[in-house]
Amino acid sequence: METLSLLADGFGAALSPTTLFLAVVGCILGTIIGALPGLGPSNGVAILIPLAFSLGLDATSALVLMTSVYYGAMYGGRISSILLNIPGDEPALMTTLDGYPMAKAGRAADALVLSGVASFVGAFLATIGLMLLAPLLSQVAFKFGPAEYFALYLLAFCTLGGIASNNQAKAALAACIGLGISMIGQDNAGLPRLTFGSLHLGDGVDFLVAIVGLFAVTEVFVFIESQGKDSAIGVKLGKITIPVKDIMRCKWTMLRATVIGFIAGILPGAGASLGSFMAYSAEKAIVKDNSQFGKGDPRGIAAPEAGNNAAAGGALVPMLTLGVPGSGTTAVLLALLLTLNITPGPLLFAERPDVVWTLIASLLIANIVLLLLNVPMVKVFVRILMVPPWLLLPGVTMISFVGIYSLSKSNFDLLLMIGFGVMGFFLRKLDVPTVPIILGILLGSKMEVSLRNAMVTSGGDWTYLFSSGISIGLWVAAILGFVAPMFLRGIIKKPQAITD
Amino acid sequence: MSDRLFGLTVIVVALGYLFSATTIQVSFLSDPVGPKSFPYMVGGLAILCAVVMMIKPDAEPEWPSLATFGRILLAVIVLVGYALALKPLEFAIPTALAAGLLSYQINPRVLPASLTGIGLSVGLFSLFKFALGLGLYAFPRDWF
Repeated sequence: METLSLLADGFGAALSPTTLFLAVVGCILGTIIGALPGLGPSNGVAILIPLAFSLGLDATSALVLMTSVYYGAMYGGRISSILLNIPGDEPALMTTLDGYPMAKAGRAADALVLSGVASFVGAFLATIGLMLLAPLLSQVAFKFGPAEYFALYLLAFCTLGGIASNNQAKAALAACIGLGISMIGQDNAGLPRLTFGSLHLGDGVDFLVAIVGLFAVTEVFVFIESQGKDSAIGVKLGKITIPVKDIMRCKWTMLRATVIGFIAGILPGAGASLGSFMAYSAEKAIVKDNSQFGKGDPRGIAAPEAGNNAAAGGALVPMLTLGVPGSGTTAVLLALLLTLNITPGPLLFAERPDVVWTLIASLLIANIVLLLLNVPMVKVFVRILMVPPWLLLPGVTMISFVGIYSLSKSNFDLLLMIGFGVMGFFLRKLDVPTVPIILGILLGSKMEVSLRNAMVTSGGDWTYLFSSGISIGLWVAAILGFVAPMFLRGIIKKPQAITD
Repeated sequence: MSDRLFGLTVIVVALGYLFSATTIQVSFLSDPVGPKSFPYMVGGLAILCAVVMMIKPDAEPEWPSLATFGRILLAVIVLVGYALALKPLEFAIPTALAAGLLSYQINPRVLPASLTGIGLSVGLFSLFKFALGLGLYAFPRDWF
């Protein structure tokens, strides 16, 4: 009952003209970002955060804007998957398998509408799941002390390294790079450390600089490298009609995929790419006749789209309740929260219910806006795909530079950002995941503080880290999450590196 | 080979990091863990990962050709130049030049590249300054 009244308050705030306007703007921007190949949810949100911040939006408004962009990008990713056979972003990769063949067979419009509806089902139900599950989980999180938090952060790194990467050593190394960078600056006694004598590093490395560098600037170099390789042949889009028969035929597919995607999203480190991959594979295994999968089966479009959008909602659960992001994009959103001085975690639900419930209500509204944008108005976004890369890429680059520059007015930050971009390019070539680096920079000081507080509480007794049932459980899960994929890798073939 | 070279680089950097960590000042009121332990743990783990990578390297990645590397290097130079010029020259001229040069790198035709540069400079300035209200200046203030 309490949930309902809180939600009603949330709707009251979310329907205020400014908030509603921001949600709609976010949805439009997000769909564009998702649709454009090379711009995905994580780098799209990363580029826009500095801008949103320099606009001076209050916390709730900024959060509503950015999560709408996030949801929008998850919807929009499918458009170029279906029409160009190029995933608009990482999680939309699975949608190319059946989306493009269906489009080539002359049913591009049907594929876009069906995938739009599937996105809506996945995202809407996942938002309801978030609404029901997050308050419960935040109750559990109240029992967490420093030892439990330390184990929880470790779990996030382990599952991220285990599930979302192809090589554990490289994933662990990436986490070390991030943690190592997070130590630069002042330690909690206020003394400078590891600044290498540089005054610029006295305040540490701003995580927005690292994020925009690793996600957006790296993308510039990757694009210059890949240029000319993606010679896709676009598919003509016919008249938009609603393929009622296909939608009805896929209703159970969408529901199954939503459940799978939501669970995948909640797991720290799994994210939307894994959600869509698991939803597609499970659907292919469950249905009786899977001979058409990969040749344009509508269920092969509905499953990954419902799955990745449900995972996007699921990934918000650990981010909001525990402060531990489940994916690259939620890591970027965590950076936004920290910049706005909001500390996610159980206290967020107790102390700032206005933020949480306005966010949830806005997400429910955003889904309806996105359904309208992505079904009747999808043609508008298809046109945006026609923007030539020689205009798009310089535009995106300039926006990310100005965003960072307007925050700090510092040349040093821009140079550091380029440095991160170059590093990101080499790391990507070497198959070293960049999401653990971001997570390390974001969580490093919290992880250290929880370790130090735990040792203060116990008077330096290290066994204190394993003294409660919750922390033992988290340690076991962390070790399993890191080790198990080594043995399962041969059995389950994963898509390439996951970056969402 | 790439993984081994990378592992070696990581070890060198991590050793430098660990050395730096030994010089961290410890306040006299420190807790049992102190400000040095966590950097030590991180540096040590990084070296362990690098050793594993060198013992069991992955398949060689597909490196871009020398010509492509040259183009990427050129893009880096353009971006560094942009980062350095933004403060003394303000928004309009550096943005037009950098955007135009990047555009030319992707599509080597002078007219579309110049139009992209000028268009983005004017368009983004209007967007940032007037629609979003960021405190940007088009030209250095002592020019006019």
